[in-house]
Amino acid sequence: MSAMGRPDDRQTVFTRVEGGWIAFVLPYLVAAAWFWLLPTHHALGTSLAIMVLFALSVEVVLGFGGINTLGQAVVFGGGAYAAGLAAIHLGFTDPFAMLAAGAAGGAAIALLTGALVLRGGELTVLAMTLVAAAIFYELTNTFSSITGGFDGLRGIRVQPVFGLFRFDLWQSTAFVFCTGVVLVCHLLVRILVTSPFGVMMRGLRANPGRMAAFGAPVMARLLLVYTVGGALGGLAGALQTITTRYVSGEVFAFHVSATVVVVMILGGFGRIYGAFMGAAAYVVFQDYFAKLAPQYWFFWLGLLLVVVVIAAPGGLVGLIDMARARLGRLRR
Amino acid sequence: MTAAAPLLRVRGLSKSFGALRVSRELDLDIFPGERLALIGPNGAGKTTFVNLLTGVLPPSAGSIELEGREITRLGQDRRVRAGIGRTFQITSLFRDMTVFENVWLAVAERRGLALRFWRPAAGERDARAEVEGILAILGLDEVAAVMLGHLPYGRQRLVELAVALALRPKLLLLDEPAAGIPEQETALVLRGLERLPAEMAVLMIDHDMELVFRFARRIVVLVEGAIFRIGTPEEIAADPEVRRLYLGE
Repeated sequence: MSAMGRPDDRQTVFTRVEGGWIAFVLPYLVAAAWFWLLPTHHALGTSLAIMVLFALSVEVVLGFGGINTLGQAVVFGGGAYAAGLAAIHLGFTDPFAMLAAGAAGGAAIALLTGALVLRGGELTVLAMTLVAAAIFYELTNTFSSITGGFDGLRGIRVQPVFGLFRFDLWQSTAFVFCTGVVLVCHLLVRILVTSPFGVMMRGLRANPGRMAAFGAPVMARLLLVYTVGGALGGLAGALQTITTRYVSGEVFAFHVSATVVVVMILGGFGRIYGAFMGAAAYVVFQDYFAKLAPQYWFFWLGLLLVVVVIAAPGGLVGLIDMARARLGRLRR
Repeated sequence: MTAAAPLLRVRGLSKSFGALRVSRELDLDIFPGERLALIGPNGAGKTTFVNLLTGVLPPSAGSIELEGREITRLGQDRRVRAGIGRTFQITSLFRDMTVFENVWLAVAERRGLALRFWRPAAGERDARAEVEGILAILGLDEVAAVMLGHLPYGRQRLVELAVALALRPKLLLLDEPAAGIPEQETALVLRGLERLPAEMAVLMIDHDMELVFRFARRIVVLVEGAIFRIGTPEEIAADPEVRRLYLGE
């Protein structure tokens, strides 16, 4: 009987890119425990959830699509401004309407910039994504009557979630709201990466030239992947605006893009849970060391990065894979 | 040769890189179902010709028609969709994907499934059945779940062939399908070639004369970028000029 003939083997013909449903619900069990056990750390949990979503957007673009980006702040900032502008100038103060504006803003900016930056080679794309973020940073200053300029957009009003749950000072509502958005996006990304589109994305990452020989319009596909990642990044930006009720040109700054790349290096590229683990490691590490050594915490972050790159090139997810493999060998 | 309309019609096809002329006014007709081989010494411009046909390189002059339709300026992906498939001299498939996934990607592209994002790839039953069929034809069904990079090179070349089949091209260009394969694995490729659909036109480039003469019904000899001779294997084998220039006699 052929290998494909056995029902058990039918699943293995597709590379497993994700963990099971236990792995899926684990982050939300942790979030629930965090909510009940760490009531004074809901603001930190909110930051973590936003970072996870932002990292998921990079995961789609870089980890799965193979598009080198150092300017993902452009979609994060685009989403943040779209949500803020929609609230101030159009009166869209419902958090879900602001989310929709953020996703549309991030996707539109990704489509616009991607059509230009994706035409280059790998290093050119890297540099162009950086430039695109810098241009948008300057645009926020140039069109200060709309964007608030250096002072940013202030006085953003946000309605309670479902008209019931107000965004409070302790960010408890924000924490739950952001975690809920992450859960929905996580589910969508999970569906995406196991779909035909996801298999195609892995092909694009591995060898775009070969995908062209399969008849795939590579440029259009890369643009689509970049736009999907842009929508997710825009959602993360919108969450930032909704939870802080403020947005300034800083959302387009280089350190925003650099931070999320650091998160992905910590967590591991090409795996959804790299975004979760990298964001958790970064946010918790930053919180702890910024309190311990406010002036030198970047040193400790650098040290952590060096250790991860040397000891676990696949990031924290890679480390877990290694541990599981070793455990499997021991059992045998 | 035949009264049928040519599948592919190449006229005056030339390619220059600066002063270097690598293809010189090539005229060639390829007919449906034909088994054709392109031979020539190293540097004769064989791979360049394939790259011109597939749109990897733009020609400096000349025209290419597929089924009477001008395709000279079409990009690589649109030529694939028009019906020109190829294998590569050096395997460039996806090493970190399974054999099944490699072939599945080609099937998904041809069937227009690649943009579906709302259901698992494993749920596309028709595509799955088609991939299983192709793998069975080439004897690759036993290694369907194996990562391509873990396969011996000869098997990887077979996967190249499987992918080309999955695209269901009207014209298949085989760029040295047996290159780099140990002798004991060449039989695998030969068996794969024998199983290619009869209606598919195939143009093979190879240095292995035994393979070429066994496979082709017509042979084109390319020398310094120009067509030197076209004939049946018997005519080419008997041509003293070809024997002197290429076969080294």
